[in-house]
Amino acid sequence: MITMNKVSKHYGAFQVLTDCTTHVAKGEVVVVCGPSGSGKSTLIKCVNGLEPFQSGEVTVNGISVGDPRTDLPKLRAHVGMVFQNFELFPHMTIVDNLTVAQVKVLGRDPAEAQDKGMALLDRVGLKVQALKYPGQLSGGQQQRVAIARALAMDPICMLFDEPTSALDPEMINEVLDVMSELAQEGMTMMCVTHEMGFAKRVASRVIFMDQGRIVEDDSKDAFFANPRSDRAQQFLAKILQH
Amino acid sequence: MYEFDWSSIPGALPFLAHGMVVSLQITAVAILVGIVWGTLLAMMRLSSVNALSWFAAGYVNLFRAVPLVMVLLWFFLIVPHLLETLFGFPRGSDMRMGSAIAGFALFEAAYYSEIIRAGIQSVPKGQMAAASALGMGYAQSMRLVVLPQAFRNMVPLLLTQGIILFQDTSLVYVSALADFFGAASKVGDRDGRLVEMLLFAGAVYFVICFTISQLVRYYQTKLKTA
Repeated sequence: MITMNKVSKHYGAFQVLTDCTTHVAKGEVVVVCGPSGSGKSTLIKCVNGLEPFQSGEVTVNGISVGDPRTDLPKLRAHVGMVFQNFELFPHMTIVDNLTVAQVKVLGRDPAEAQDKGMALLDRVGLKVQALKYPGQLSGGQQQRVAIARALAMDPICMLFDEPTSALDPEMINEVLDVMSELAQEGMTMMCVTHEMGFAKRVASRVIFMDQGRIVEDDSKDAFFANPRSDRAQQFLAKILQH
Repeated sequence: MYEFDWSSIPGALPFLAHGMVVSLQITAVAILVGIVWGTLLAMMRLSSVNALSWFAAGYVNLFRAVPLVMVLLWFFLIVPHLLETLFGFPRGSDMRMGSAIAGFALFEAAYYSEIIRAGIQSVPKGQMAAASALGMGYAQSMRLVVLPQAFRNMVPLLLTQGIILFQDTSLVYVSALADFFGAASKVGDRDGRLVEMLLFAGAVYFVICFTISQLVRYYQTKLKTA
């Protein structure tokens, strides 16, 4: 579904990603973790081309992301993305947030888009909030709306960029629950997250990054039982203490 | 001791009202064109295409560095000649209104574009990323996501600039166009009551501008609580 082959990226002299190679098969849930500044967010933003990269190749469903001939908006319309800060559109109601791209990008009939939006809101338990504005919802609710907004586009895979990092602790689980359900339904997912509990329960594989390189790329069990690099061992020791 | 004599005002009201219509027309068209052209300029200025960004920067700096009254005179004196020679407009056709509006619109666009540029930059970058991630192209993201939020934040500044523009329309007197101020000074000259007429005109400008700026303040406090 997603392949990355020797992807490198730099801002001027600063190397952000170095020779990152990995793949995500259909139905797989891959958790990307690592210390801050290790390039995790940049890596998944290369998947839908939000971050351009200088060398290497990324393909989604066989389509090359870096190829200048690729219609990026068309590709992105089918790759769902959830951001750390939700990024709901504050000037639109919740239901409009879910329908605007369906209508304007996919060309769906507004009534159909509305039905789809309401069904998804119901699924994330927020149907009663449909006519409110994002600012009136809690962080956890906003992030569930953001997931529903991405799902409304019928994505072939979902990218999560630290979806729970901006949330108060008591709201983290409501978001992780929605993500776990998605994973159980067979959604292909790539998640940057520090939630190791989520990774243990849901992930098929774990990628560990440090200083712009993929240091470990292993099955969940192998990663947690026996991380090979010192850096990953230290990271796990720190993060699993609490 | 100067004796005030207000008696020429009532009879002049229809003429003054017509002048007010002219002032408001110029203001309205100049605001509209200024905002549209200013938005385009702001988007050019923020564009990654160097040629566009330089053009917009040059335009804005040029118009902000010359006095408005001079721009109006250019448009009054030069542009009609150009139109006559280039496009065969009939000689001596009255283009005062048109050239005044064009002058104001092009001048104000420079100011509006700076307000709008700041407004666009006030919208968090993540909004553009979220719009792109949903498959929207640049134009769609701007139109549906970024600009509505930018304009919402900018309304008070745009209105304030509109008030300034309304006051500045009095400068069309250089082209002998009978806007509100021009009409008042003509009546004053005719009746030898220039002082009264100018005091009256000033009072009218004050009432209109003060009222609108109070509305802007009301809107601002509402925006803050929303």
